[in-house]
Amino acid sequence: MANHTDVEQASLGAVDQAGGDVSFDRRNLDWYIDKAVQTLVFIGGISAIIFVIGIFVFVTKEGLGFIYDIFDFGDFFGSPRWRPTSEWKPTYGILALVAGTASVTGLAMVVAIPFSLGAAIYIAEFASGKTRETLKVLVELLAAIPSVVWGFIGLSIMNPLIIELFDVPIGLNVLNAGIILGLMAAPIMTSIAEDALKAVPDRYREAAEAMGATRWQVIYKAVLPAAKNGLLGAVLLGVGRGFGETMAVLMATGHSINIPTSIFDSVRALTATIAAELGETAVGSDHYGSLFTIGIFLFLITFIINLTADLIVRGIRKS
Amino acid sequence: MVSVPAVQGEGRVAPVDAVAQTGSYKLEVRDLTISYDGNTILGGVSFGVREHEIFGIIGPANAGKTSFLKSINRMDMFTSNMRVQGQVLFNGRDVRHWRNVYALRRRIGVVFPLPVGLPLSVYDNVALAPRLAGKNNKADLDIVVERCLARAALWDEVKDRLTSLGSMLSGGQQQRLTIARALSQEPEVLMLDEFSIAVDPVTTMRIEDVLKELKSEMTIILVTNLVQQARRLADRTAFFLGGECVEVGETEDLFTGKVQDSRTTDYVEGRFG
Amino acid sequence: MFQISELNVRNERTQTLFRLLFMFMTGMLILPVIIILATLIYKGGPVISIDFLFTDPTDGMTAGGIFPALLGTVWLVAVALLVSVPLGVAAAIYLSEYAPENWFTRFINLCIINLAGVPSIVHALFGVGAFVLFFGFGTSILAASLTLAVMTLPVVIVATRESLQAVPMAFREACWNMGATRWQTIRRIVLPNAVSGILTGVILEVSRTTGETAPIMFTGAAFFLPFLPQSVFDQTMALSLHLFVVSTQVPGVPENLPYGVALVLIGMVLLMNSLSIAFRVYLRGRKKW
Repeated sequence: MANHTDVEQASLGAVDQAGGDVSFDRRNLDWYIDKAVQTLVFIGGISAIIFVIGIFVFVTKEGLGFIYDIFDFGDFFGSPRWRPTSEWKPTYGILALVAGTASVTGLAMVVAIPFSLGAAIYIAEFASGKTRETLKVLVELLAAIPSVVWGFIGLSIMNPLIIELFDVPIGLNVLNAGIILGLMAAPIMTSIAEDALKAVPDRYREAAEAMGATRWQVIYKAVLPAAKNGLLGAVLLGVGRGFGETMAVLMATGHSINIPTSIFDSVRALTATIAAELGETAVGSDHYGSLFTIGIFLFLITFIINLTADLIVRGIRKS
Repeated sequence: MVSVPAVQGEGRVAPVDAVAQTGSYKLEVRDLTISYDGNTILGGVSFGVREHEIFGIIGPANAGKTSFLKSINRMDMFTSNMRVQGQVLFNGRDVRHWRNVYALRRRIGVVFPLPVGLPLSVYDNVALAPRLAGKNNKADLDIVVERCLARAALWDEVKDRLTSLGSMLSGGQQQRLTIARALSQEPEVLMLDEFSIAVDPVTTMRIEDVLKELKSEMTIILVTNLVQQARRLADRTAFFLGGECVEVGETEDLFTGKVQDSRTTDYVEGRFG
Repeated sequence: MFQISELNVRNERTQTLFRLLFMFMTGMLILPVIIILATLIYKGGPVISIDFLFTDPTDGMTAGGIFPALLGTVWLVAVALLVSVPLGVAAAIYLSEYAPENWFTRFINLCIINLAGVPSIVHALFGVGAFVLFFGFGTSILAASLTLAVMTLPVVIVATRESLQAVPMAFREACWNMGATRWQTIRRIVLPNAVSGILTGVILEVSRTTGETAPIMFTGAAFFLPFLPQSVFDQTMALSLHLFVVSTQVPGVPENLPYGVALVLIGMVLLMNSLSIAFRVYLRGRKKW
């Protein structure tokens, strides 16, 4: 699409309909508008890149003070002593916090994976028509419940329930947050898992049925193995969600910073720590910087988890 | 994409037809080569189309006929792996040197085999091209819409429901709507690519009659699988086979054996293709 | 000749068992929602009234209404949408209509996925670092809304892109062949037919944004505010934050009050979600091609 006006002149051999006049080949308003739109939407297009880089840059920037001065890899990741407000000797070990996040997320997955898978199998393979549509809508509504409402439920409903049922002194613990987080992650996992199951071509099912398998056997032997990548992706997405969840975990885990030894222990998660303490810090202080450093850590971890999950899931959706 | 083995370009320029190099072709291709991802689909094609003639292009499927049309109105711009080399001269100017490619496309109307009714009203479907060209006067548009729909043999069927959606018409109607749209551009060149596939035989006949009339107003390129259609309509015809233009000549000559290549006779007599 | 064999009977029984099992599992996911809603309605219902919704809180937030929080949420979401929707639609138009298939486009898509997966508290940190501090907006509606906008951007982009791509390619090619520019084609054919899909996605996003707490906690939302915000540079109350504080940090709150707040919040969210779903179902019946 080069514009060679001299070649243009040279190739003007014949006399065209307009009598040799090329004034109709002018770039008009429409041409310029199209180019302008192209530029504008391109700016929109790169906005995602700008923001991702921006998030990383600004969060790191606020954490730099801490990273240069205090940060020690072994202490930060290896020590369970998170005491940033200690007057005598503040310590910044996040091991207990990581344990908190991991335990709650782990329990959530134990709860959510079987149920999400079961629900996905039911919706994709057993239900049909109106039932299926209704169930999908209900799952979608489940996904819509805001995090803070879940946290409130953990406080007001689950808390007394756990105290009564299990005869423990405190109901804000790993169990509480784990169940809630499980219910929060379940809808996405169900939805992705259902997509993965639906993506398995019918001929797998038909082949199994032709050999005399029952519905369940078809699923167990043919569909599930074929869908395992997508199911794995669903699980990863659920884990990613669990790691990044803030309000529900903040409100339902209690406030003890320790490595849990039972599901009835109170813990503190990484996300909740930031949310609970940021308001108390002075801008630029070590404590402030340490919280931003946790933020960087969270950013990187959830990035890796979500990226892996998406690569796996997208591979499925394409085929 | 069907990959055609690369055609040796040197010394294989298609035989130039009798009326050569007088420089008064409406449309002319010189050594045109089209390739996709490095696979040459059409190699070293050269011929000219005269103004006010119906020029037929026949040949079996995948001979590069549709790609040929795309290279003329530069629709290759939207296909990233398509590469066009050689010259395409429209009114004597290389289309690649036009500064406003949209102005070029307005002067060339295309009808592809797949009927496409835009999700606008029938009226708006046909009024779209004039509106894009700046014509906004309702009275003028009414005239254009009626005339184009009439020529496309569709007016009688839709005149009472011009507001119905073009995309909800039947296949045959949508194809005629596509033709009406092409006509609404008041093009200098009208290119039809196997237009009769989606249209019933009676309507095809009506449209063929219209094309014969339109000849006086524009130049028509008719790509067709139906060799008899080419014989009925085309003044001159080109025969594309296996990525090359085998020959170009007066239609009657091609069908009565006055050919330069025996494959042409084989094809028109149905021995293959 | 064909008798039901014992294997068949056993298989049928297993089959039914599994079917019931999975149905049970599905129910276990749905049941909590119903129980939660029921509890909220039961305990929070009595608190809800026109006064509750439209008057200010009193007695140190332990009584009265939630109007400022409600209004604040509306403001925050509105400004956030004002930023994220045009930007997101533009990005989606670029990706769907203009972007060539190369590594750069793949990189953009990667960033969108990335952005969608960032935890809400990290968005809050970004908001503090960028909007509150670096750009100097201070804790304000502006900073909080911009933080929310960055959060909602990926969802708007994806929803819009899918709506655009649902418009068949054939329509675009027909227009291009007639000499229409890409923008003319988008304006006349593609966008009008994608608007409804975009709207569905946006409503969904509105409902999600309404419930967000972490991103606004440190960037502009506050709890004890005596006055309504006068401009985008003021702080504001917000419904989600109100629920958080009232249920965790305010002493002497009557038991039903937090339930009422939660009920209003979840009511708004579910209402918008249902709207979006209903709209989607309605659209499915109104096919244009």
